Amino acid sequence: MREPTAVFKSLGDPTRRALFERLCREGELTVHALTAPSGVSQPAVSKHLHSLKVAGLVRDRRDGRETYYEVLPGGLTPLLDWLKFYASFWQSRFDRLEDLLKRMDQ
Amino acid sequence: MTEPSIEPLCVVVERELPFPAEKIWRALTQPHLIQEWLMQNDFIPLVGKRFNFRAEWGSVDCEVLTLEPNKSLSYRWAAMGLESIVTWTLRATASGTHLRMEQSGFRPDQQQAYRGATHGWRKFFADLERVVGDLA
Repeated sequence: MREPTAVFKSLGDPTRRALFERLCREGELTVHALTAPSGVSQPAVSKHLHSLKVAGLVRDRRDGRETYYEVLPGGLTPLLDWLKFYASFWQSRFDRLEDLLKRMDQ
Repeated sequence: MTEPSIEPLCVVVERELPFPAEKIWRALTQPHLIQEWLMQNDFIPLVGKRFNFRAEWGSVDCEVLTLEPNKSLSYRWAAMGLESIVTWTLRATASGTHLRMEQSGFRPDQQQAYRGATHGWRKFFADLERVVGDLA
């Protein structure tokens, strides 16, 4: 299982989450387009986008003077893996707990 | 018994158990009993106490956060590079006890803001779902 830490950390920041949500909603966008309504300076937006990229959530490409960002398919997989792992883990532990409680009766 | 339901970054398993809460509480808080169904541990039922679970897949660093005998218990659960909180709730029913386990994940440097973080995540995924719904 891939550690979900990087994804959690990156999306834990509300500004980055907002940027990621916009990319999910609107598809590929330039840094300029992402900066306009964000209320954050362009260098700050670029830094946030870099964090999302390092976490494997988005990818970028340069075209002339513009840098475009888009959501990377499967980026949220570590979170889903985490949920799946623990859902099955606790279900099996509940089974064992129930067995133990039955044995404690005797 | 119910199926596990998965909420965003939150795993919930609930089950109706034909046993009194006191008995389930023992299984949740006595190390030699915990070991039989959960993992090897050095659990101490005191708020603020740190302890470990040890499993084949690694070790879990924990700390008791809240404890109300026969009613509820929560501990910090740090494993696989991620912090979460595990909360047990026991509620008496006509035939025994309703046991609920909730595990919520949140980012490592935001322990104090746990409630807010959970809320934020839920909102985030709800928004995301709406977006995906709009696309469909």
